[in-house]
Amino acid sequence: MLVILGEGNWDELHPILLEQLDQQAEFLRGARLALDVGNLILKAVDLGQLRDQLSERGLALWAVLSSSPTTEQTAQTLGLATRIAKPVPERVTASAATSLKSGEQAVLVRRTLRSGFSLKHPGHIIIIGDVNPGAEIVAGGDVLVWGHLRGMVHAGAEGDENAVVCALDLAPTQLRIAGLIATTPKRRGKPQPETARVMDGQVVAEPWNPKTR
Amino acid sequence: MGNNGKGSMAGKVVTVTSGKGGVGKTTATANLGAALAAGGDKVVCVDADIGLRNLDVVLGLENRIVYDLVDIIEGRCRLRQALIRDKRLPELFLIPAAQTRDKSAVSPSDMVRLCNELRGEHDWILIDSPAGIERGFRNAIAPADVVLVVTNPEVSAVRDADRIIGLIEAEEKGPALLVINRIRPNMVRRGDMLSAEDVLELLAVELVGMVPEDENIVTSTNRGMPVALNGKSKAGQAFRNIARRLKGEEVPFVDMDDEGFFGRISRLIRSGGK
Repeated sequence: MLVILGEGNWDELHPILLEQLDQQAEFLRGARLALDVGNLILKAVDLGQLRDQLSERGLALWAVLSSSPTTEQTAQTLGLATRIAKPVPERVTASAATSLKSGEQAVLVRRTLRSGFSLKHPGHIIIIGDVNPGAEIVAGGDVLVWGHLRGMVHAGAEGDENAVVCALDLAPTQLRIAGLIATTPKRRGKPQPETARVMDGQVVAEPWNPKTR
Repeated sequence: MGNNGKGSMAGKVVTVTSGKGGVGKTTATANLGAALAAGGDKVVCVDADIGLRNLDVVLGLENRIVYDLVDIIEGRCRLRQALIRDKRLPELFLIPAAQTRDKSAVSPSDMVRLCNELRGEHDWILIDSPAGIERGFRNAIAPADVVLVVTNPEVSAVRDADRIIGLIEAEEKGPALLVINRIRPNMVRRGDMLSAEDVLELLAVELVGMVPEDENIVTSTNRGMPVALNGKSKAGQAFRNIARRLKGEEVPFVDMDDEGFFGRISRLIRSGGK
């Protein structure tokens, strides 16, 4: 069952939703619920609480659809689906279609991305923190990591071969720029800041050297 | 849910988890329980690994199970009836898992309710989480005040620990505390095993214990006698130290490289012979 929330803030909508579900409790028992929250930003506590409240009512929270990347990310970390196969209401598709051209915008993430975490953005991605093995980053534009980059990274994911990846320690399990794939060679010595770019159809990493600049 | 009154409740809920199986969650739970109870605190260990219970075996209480976790939650018995008191430590209790059911028999909110009831009567509620990141893990961390992540110095275990720490942060149960289990100092010295520093560098969380590999664990598990009660065991000492750190004491980390006088001599001779 797909429930689409109207406009408003979560504190108002949440009790209304529960009330509606309680009114139809018998009919709904055992149902799987997909919730379209529009552009609301929901935190993990909100979703976690909702999931528990639904499970008390014999309902399973199956998917959370949202046009907010934050909410979508939260839902994903809680193991909820964020896409459903059925035709999605127009509002959501419309917002998804207005994708950014690569290079126009960037997201700044200030935390460590751990295994299992996936970050996708049509613009640039900047991370202050580490990207651990098992995490993945997919950007339409460039990727900049102020820390260890050890996960999977894909820059220029929409085909932009001018995209670059730079990191204080560039040691990704796999590095992709546009359609090219590279792995990190075994490193000797200390980590150093490096930039990876495409040159003559190959991914090349070059160290940052203060003297040449 | 309405957990904001944590300060007013007495007991602290500590969930022991890992992601990967076989790294020593159950051993750690049993030993921390024993160490805390030996110090006079009232402790209850809850086995959340429904369908694959073994905390009861490690604690040596298997033959005394009448009711279990699912019986409490489904109302077939009162909470008190399912609590098994340890023979050696009068302050140590166990709530065993059901063996004939599975993880779906319990929900995260059931666990929160149960733990809120236990908080009033006990100083510590230790939850032994099942391996994995599914329902059983969610059940185990739902009521947690503190989450202990157990890992081994192996790349695969560390990878899973990293994932688990991320999930704990997402559930706003963090920051997780790390226990590195089964360290073999001589292998670390040879560079054949990840060192505690290597693990910490990747996971970037607070370290609360380093436990060396110890053959006594195997015998104590088979006998159902926690190694923390064995004054001679190095692993037992490490678990007692973790218990003290949980209680807020400052306990310095013991140098793992302590191989004793004879070890050092023999190493000198060996290196001299090269």
